Amino acid sequence: METYALELIRNGKRIDGRELTQFRDIEIKEGIIENAEGSAYVRMGNTQVIAGIKMGVGTPFPDTPNEGILSVNAEFTPLASPDFESGPPGENAIELARVVDRGIRESKSIEMEKLVIAPGEKVLSVFIDIYIIDNQGNLLDAAALAALSALLNTRIPKLDAEGKIIRGEHEGKLPVVHKPITVSVCKVGDKLFLDPAKEEETILDAKLSIAVMEDEKICAMQKQGSEGIEFDVLEKMVDLAMKKSMELRKLVK
Amino acid sequence: MGKKSDTELIIGGIRIDKRLPDQTREIKMKVGNILSANGSAEVSFGNTTALASVHGPRQLFPRHLQESQTGILRVRYNMAPFSVDERKSPGPDRRSTELSKVIRLALEPAVFLDDYPKVTVDGFVEIIQADGSTRVTGINALSLALATAGIPMKDLVAACSVGKINGTLVVDLNGEEDNNSESDVAVAMIPNRNLVTLLQMDGMLTKEELMHLLDLAKKTCKKIYEMQREALLEKYKGEE
Amino acid sequence: MKTREIVLPGDMIDERKGRKLGNGVYEEGDKVFSKFLGVPRVNENELSVIPLSGTYLPRFGDRVIGVIETVEVSGWFVDINSPYSAFLPLSEGVDEFVDLQRSELTRYYDVDDIILCKLSKVTKNKTVQASMRDFESRKLRNGVLLKVTPTKIPRIIGKEGSMIMMIKNKTACEIVTGQNGLVWIRGENKEKAIEAILTIEKESHTIGLTEKIEKMLNEDVKQDVNEQLSNPDSWVNKKISKHLSE
Repeated sequence: METYALELIRNGKRIDGRELTQFRDIEIKEGIIENAEGSAYVRMGNTQVIAGIKMGVGTPFPDTPNEGILSVNAEFTPLASPDFESGPPGENAIELARVVDRGIRESKSIEMEKLVIAPGEKVLSVFIDIYIIDNQGNLLDAAALAALSALLNTRIPKLDAEGKIIRGEHEGKLPVVHKPITVSVCKVGDKLFLDPAKEEETILDAKLSIAVMEDEKICAMQKQGSEGIEFDVLEKMVDLAMKKSMELRKLVK
Repeated sequence: MGKKSDTELIIGGIRIDKRLPDQTREIKMKVGNILSANGSAEVSFGNTTALASVHGPRQLFPRHLQESQTGILRVRYNMAPFSVDERKSPGPDRRSTELSKVIRLALEPAVFLDDYPKVTVDGFVEIIQADGSTRVTGINALSLALATAGIPMKDLVAACSVGKINGTLVVDLNGEEDNNSESDVAVAMIPNRNLVTLLQMDGMLTKEELMHLLDLAKKTCKKIYEMQREALLEKYKGEE
Repeated sequence: MKTREIVLPGDMIDERKGRKLGNGVYEEGDKVFSKFLGVPRVNENELSVIPLSGTYLPRFGDRVIGVIETVEVSGWFVDINSPYSAFLPLSEGVDEFVDLQRSELTRYYDVDDIILCKLSKVTKNKTVQASMRDFESRKLRNGVLLKVTPTKIPRIIGKEGSMIMMIKNKTACEIVTGQNGLVWIRGENKEKAIEAILTIEKESHTIGLTEKIEKMLNEDVKQDVNEQLSNPDSWVNKKISKHLSE
């Protein structure tokens, strides 16, 4: 299947008949996990991802006493793919979590200063957990989309007099002011394409994932893949990501 | 990470450590310093020092990890507990796991692994002093170590960091600049082939700023590549 | 110290001009580049680069020195100083008929025995078979084993064997070299032979080496080499090994 996918892409076509720069069908469902403060399910073609957000109370980092805490974790659960093993996150799960984290953190999408309970002592923590349910390619873009959608419907839990969380009661929404969208641009020879399906992931030369904000600023980039990218192709990849991010952002409420 | 853009890092076009925006710190390179390894090197950029060594090609266990057609490259990036301000707990953490992966991918395009089926080439990067830009310093060192180990390579890989501090685009960020930058970008290249093998960015940049930084990185990588060549030739010409 | 020309990985050696590509080079377009830090060899027939360092990759027909690793049912696995082990089948190791019910294979070669053999088969997947059928192959008893960079062996042997003959004569030692970088030495004056061989390995790329080695062999062994030989932890002893370690 993979060699067939490779042949097709070299001729500008895809296995499922898509254009090179076309995304698969995307479905987003918000707030599907009741017990989570925020959540979203994303289906991108046959890839399925759930992002769940839990909030807690913690002590701020010493160098940012007036900011809440953001933590992103990803689980490549074995049920999602015969290639995923049980156990602690491997390098791919860790990389995905950290890249999604940077997209959100560097874009200052969450107003972290508004998450302070007692300056220097107590702040709110936002835990984003990304669960891969079905790996059919392009996990990063789907995960970033799920994380963003989940953040946009996250409610802040009510705190009691001692600053402890009262589960089940909420006051207000998490202040999210930007919508960074991540687009991974893939490359085979001189052909660039988007939203790789599972068979296409294994045959691509290189991938450049770019997180773009609504004002077209770039807030995160990560190159993946075992081949290099010619210097002069970089700008084309960035342009493609920027253009596509505008389209995808319309799907997010 | 705590990025504050209110810290004064650049005054009148001069950086806190007296450098100009497009100036790298003092770069030192030496090869073959670890006898027990097949190949080794030490590279420092100012106060950031990376040791790299290569063991292999050697047999890979367990067997099921072996690729029957080609060899594999494994890389472990690690920071010594004393390398940073606040002691870092020994052992791998999420950051070093990610960096191990990106460093491996930065060097893979340059190594001919199909000459060695069923076998592994193990590269180790230890940061013994950390003052910003550790991963690119590590890549520069590991590239040299692979060459001195006699691993067949397409070319050397050179790497550097670029970024934006107080609105100015700069080259080779030190620790303080890295922590307070508006953006930092890590780039690795095979300069003669114009090929980029590592590209990571965080912060906020317009597309124009990004392209400008990439040009700066390309020029700097070229300079670093020449130094790597010098370091290798030095070793075999001026002995004793 | 004057050296021969040295190239680095990625250096262009020459245009191919229809010539054969030997070891250590790769082609892009019509240009040929080096894969290694090493010494280029360019003549009208072939382009190649000899690396200054590196592990031994087994090749069909090579004469190598090996150390018996394990004794199996119908043969032995041999450590040939490479990430790839060689298998010496019973039929290739022993001439006479062996009744497996009655004899133990250890009778012929046991673990840690040193042998000189030939590589009779090397598949694309680097499965290696050794043979001792030719008359030069034999067990090498006693003596010590020195490990050097395999690509330096030709320099140690010298043009038509001139270098190794000189060392053998001046040290009255028996010396056998394997193309896999192992050198077996037996004799009273082996320290002198070791010193000479290790010097050649270190300075193989320099000019004027033959004269330097000749001079060295005429003098007494440097004090520190003797000291190093008596110190079990020294780097010289790490080079010498009767049992090859990882």
